[in-house]
Amino acid sequence: MLGALIIVFREVLEAGLIVGIVLAATQGVAGRGRWIWIGIGAGVLGAAVVAAFAGVISEAFQGSGQELFNASVLGVAVVMLMWHNAWMARHGREIAAELRQVGADVSDGAKPLTALAVVIGLAVLREGSEVVLFLYGIMASGTSGMSLLSGGVLGIAAGAAFTGLTYFGLLAIPSRYIFAVTSWLIALLAAGMAAQSVQFLNNGGILVVLDRTVWDTSWLLSEGSLFGHLLHTLVGYTERPTQLQLVAYLGTLAAMYVLMRVARHQPRERLAV
Amino acid sequence: MRSFVVVLGLLALVSLVPAGARAADYTITIKDHRFTPAEIKVPANKRVVITVVNEDRTPEEFESHEMKVEKVIPGKSKGTVRIGPLKPGRYPFVGEFHEETAKGTVIAE
Repeated sequence: MLGALIIVFREVLEAGLIVGIVLAATQGVAGRGRWIWIGIGAGVLGAAVVAAFAGVISEAFQGSGQELFNASVLGVAVVMLMWHNAWMARHGREIAAELRQVGADVSDGAKPLTALAVVIGLAVLREGSEVVLFLYGIMASGTSGMSLLSGGVLGIAAGAAFTGLTYFGLLAIPSRYIFAVTSWLIALLAAGMAAQSVQFLNNGGILVVLDRTVWDTSWLLSEGSLFGHLLHTLVGYTERPTQLQLVAYLGTLAAMYVLMRVARHQPRERLAV
Repeated sequence: MRSFVVVLGLLALVSLVPAGARAADYTITIKDHRFTPAEIKVPANKRVVITVVNEDRTPEEFESHEMKVEKVIPGKSKGTVRIGPLKPGRYPFVGEFHEETAKGTVIAE
């Protein structure tokens, strides 16, 4: 039962961290609750569908379908996070100011919410499909299934609790700084996803360049440990990055920085985000 | 001239594909949540293709941080896992859904 709890917790943790950060990042934006629930709901539904068609996805594109699928999901999430950060660079200051006046309503809020709902949906979909497959395996194997299943359910609950912890932890940050902090977190999150995405393309045999391992820090912090796993999700820690992963990571950070600078300085009329 | 450049570009793209299109070099079978063989030797500094056959009814996730792969292999099916180039050394892998029994090692030399 403990084994099942840990496996499920590990998957839910990844999605949970992302949801927690996104929740904190949209603090004070009107109508966010609805979008976040839409994101989670669509993600859970999608996870079940992906799990049901795991065989088909896996066999598509000469056996590279799963890699292509994961790489695309991560790629879309990176773009959405960039969009969000650009939008926040533009409007974050007003929202932070209004947060301090009780009852203030932020208008024009619906736009980055669709992007973030997509990010949440994709995170839940990706990690959730593994949870569904794992739990399905437990139920299919019958014996001792009940205790494993309750372990799995507890794992989901623990992961959800961790989401809450992330969210309220971030909320403890004074509202003056919260958007600066969440923007950084989202930038690192996106960079880590980009690095993961190109590795999937490499595993799929689709993008086979710069595949030498640059360094190995597994002796210092294993990706398999809980802390290593946490850092992997949060900032994209990889114990043996390839050259291409480093390029993707740094490239995403640089693109994010430039985009936020541009968004901050463009006159509002011209920026259609 | 222009079409020549286009053709060159396409050729460059196609040259990236063979690594993916090549036939599998190794086969590992999952049965009763165990890998057979549990240890395979592969050449170092080369890309290697492993076909993982899952004979169990339940899905398994072939995973290794050391080799940077994670791939779900649904029950009663097979999947292609591409690894490398690896430096010489031992690289453990597990079946994440049954980690107590599903364990193995790739030795690059």
